[in-house]
Amino acid sequence: MALLEIKNLSVGFDTSSGLFMAVQGIDLHVNAREVLAIVGESGSGKSVAMLAVMGLLPKTATVTADSMTFDGHDLLAMSSNQRREIVGRDVAMIFQEPVASLNPCFTVGFQLEEVLRVHMKMDGKARRQRAIELLKQVGIPTPEERLNSFPHQMSGGQCQRVMIAIAIACNPKLLIADEPTTALDVTIQKQILDLLVGLQAKHGMGLIMITHDMGVVAETADRVIVQYKGRKMEEADVLTLFESPKNAYTRALLSALPENATGDRLSTVADFMKNEAANAGVAP
Amino acid sequence: MSEIVLEGRNIIRDYHVGGGLFGKDKSVRAVKGVSFTLERGKTLAIVGESGCGKSTLGRILTLIDPQTSGELLIEGKPINIAKDTVTPELRRKVQIIFQNPYGSLNPRQKIGEVLGEPLLLNTKKTAAERRDLAMQMLIKVGLGPEHYNRYPHMFSGGQRQRIAIARALMLSPSLLVLDEPVSALDLSVQAQVLNLLADLQDEFNLTYVFISHDLSVVRYIADEVMVMYYGEVVEYGTRDEVFANPQHSYTKTLFAATPKADVESIRARIEKKKAAA
Amino acid sequence: MTNEVSPPVPLAAPKSAGRMARLSEFWFYFSVNKGAVIGFGVLVFLMLVAIFAPVLAPHAPYQQYREALLTPPSWQTGGNSMFLLGTDAVGRDLLSRLIYGARFSLFIGLIVVTISMVTGVILGVLAGYFRGWVDALIMRIMDIILAFPPLLLALVLVAILGPGLFNAMIAIALVLQPHFARLTRAAVMSEKNREYVVASKLAGAGHLRLMFKTILPNCLAPLIVQGTLSFSNAILEAAALGFLGMGAQPPTPEWGTMLAEAREFILRAWWVVTFPGLAILITVLAINLVGDGLRDALDPKLKRS
Repeated sequence: MALLEIKNLSVGFDTSSGLFMAVQGIDLHVNAREVLAIVGESGSGKSVAMLAVMGLLPKTATVTADSMTFDGHDLLAMSSNQRREIVGRDVAMIFQEPVASLNPCFTVGFQLEEVLRVHMKMDGKARRQRAIELLKQVGIPTPEERLNSFPHQMSGGQCQRVMIAIAIACNPKLLIADEPTTALDVTIQKQILDLLVGLQAKHGMGLIMITHDMGVVAETADRVIVQYKGRKMEEADVLTLFESPKNAYTRALLSALPENATGDRLSTVADFMKNEAANAGVAP
Repeated sequence: MSEIVLEGRNIIRDYHVGGGLFGKDKSVRAVKGVSFTLERGKTLAIVGESGCGKSTLGRILTLIDPQTSGELLIEGKPINIAKDTVTPELRRKVQIIFQNPYGSLNPRQKIGEVLGEPLLLNTKKTAAERRDLAMQMLIKVGLGPEHYNRYPHMFSGGQRQRIAIARALMLSPSLLVLDEPVSALDLSVQAQVLNLLADLQDEFNLTYVFISHDLSVVRYIADEVMVMYYGEVVEYGTRDEVFANPQHSYTKTLFAATPKADVESIRARIEKKKAAA
Repeated sequence: MTNEVSPPVPLAAPKSAGRMARLSEFWFYFSVNKGAVIGFGVLVFLMLVAIFAPVLAPHAPYQQYREALLTPPSWQTGGNSMFLLGTDAVGRDLLSRLIYGARFSLFIGLIVVTISMVTGVILGVLAGYFRGWVDALIMRIMDIILAFPPLLLALVLVAILGPGLFNAMIAIALVLQPHFARLTRAAVMSEKNREYVVASKLAGAGHLRLMFKTILPNCLAPLIVQGTLSFSNAILEAAALGFLGMGAQPPTPEWGTMLAEAREFILRAWWVVTFPGLAILITVLAINLVGDGLRDALDPKLKRS
């Protein structure tokens, strides 16, 4: 059975120019022990769908879905309090800006232990122990000393490691990573991706990777959903997607990668969509 | 041998970090003796991670910040802005494009004014001439005359970067410093902007200094590549040399860390994973 | 190439359309705050009252009706329908004086805000742009001004300059001006390092152009908010000075001065103190509500751009 299953999810926002549909009728599911990547460009609504699941959208958003179940619980039927309880414990999320995601006024140790105190109801000593263990797991050297550091004393990569430690503190069943490496350097990105995938395999979590980077998808995903302007374009396992993409937009995206350049010019999505439309005789 | 547009000889840049009220001032060396030459019409890519001094070097080349020591020659003439004032002729030779297309355009300035400003301040052209030139430039970068009277917030990131490129080209510079010009853009838009840059380079015989952290983009656009690590140049050569046979261990690490999006790598990864499970 | 250039007529259309769109977007965010809309309505009403005072007022503000001293409002026993809100101690119609008083209050607000904003913004831009000793000098002076209780400082200044409405306005402007200077300085400092400023510098813009043409227009949103809030502050302080006898001098129908004149009748004739007090309260409240609404409407805009 799927860990998270969503059918026909739509999210709209009230704006000054009327209702804006950020996500339109998306179905998705993630299994335990699976890495699902959601790829799309900015404005494709890739983050919004996950924020809707987490209940993190502002009040101007209207969320509708035919069904939304997590680990056997029907999320639509729950009160927001019940939902927060489940979501806070069993689903964790990490964001793009690691330095901004940590509170600059408190030490890393305090923030990590706070999560343990609230969700796991551990006492002081056990918390300390567990915090050190978690920092070790995410590969931070000398975790005992690091517990007393403030976020600004650490690099972006280390902050992201701490965010991951906080996310896995309660042994979540599902981890959602929203562009976790976009703000990081390539060498750090590699380390963080390896860490995420390693932890996912070790703990048997489901992992949803939201990204715009085809490279990140290629390096991490089992299954991929390609999203464009709030709609799902294609869903396939990663090898199939890269080997024989079915959808025109996916093909366009892949051919826009500089490493796939043929000759002097890069083919762009706009060119591609135009060609597709001309070939098929329909508008894209 | 074609003409050398830009040359750096042992360029060094120190920053002074105030040590607060009682601490001592510290000096941080951001660029540690960089030397290079760049021919007209070529692209030099400066690659490195954040904090490696590549943007600092870019700002020195664009005459925004002075070098602490070392020589900078533009079209053979030495220039040090700490001592000399920048003449309008020199100013028009070098222009820069920034990474963030949302921060580099004045939100209260219409596109027409954005493009007209360099002409207004550096030439004696009339309002009508400025307007004509701005309109022509808009068409050249793939926008239209109807965009002349709009404000930056009405444009997408890619369109804004086109406007920034247009602004940089208004004074017909010979050298363009591109500081991560596509890293804030979506993949499909990135391809369009890279194509545009290539076209403009051919048309105006422009020389590019392309600062980037993205090796796949560098491989696509560069003629020569310079890899920087903590303010030092650890690798400098033609693109093919550097990509085929990297010498320094940092360069090798960088290549190894770059995600591979080809089918063989994915297949290898998945098989490895299956074996582990 | 030139033949591709569109004629000016179609170009003018998107321009005005863009402005209309901006205005309607602004109104959308402003109108979310219901209090702000009410405040705005009251403010517009007050402005109309001030402009059409001679038409609206039933009597001349200085006309004394000797036979009707301290007449209560018309709905009370002993009231006279000639004087809707009653009369004061020398028989002047309270309603007419309040209507004319609106002119003074709005005039005071306008002048004070203009003076303090212009000087404060110029000083703030200079301090934020040049930093160093210019900044230190300007900001220490501002700190000294801010160290005094505002009303006390205004009183001292008026005492030096001599009592009177004009001097009171200068004093209040001086007291309010450091807030603008500080706000401008902070905004300029954060805008100064933005890339568009560097780009403009590279295009050859000089200091003056960078300061006032490139940077300043992008710092306006918080200044507009501060301006409205200072507007109400100015009215309040002018009323306070008037009440203390240091502002507008009798028989000027300024609200604070009216309160001062009515002090001794506070127990006998409630209306002579209540109505000017209410007028001040309502005006200040309305302007503050508008200020809050402006803050809500302008701040997210800053974030989005």
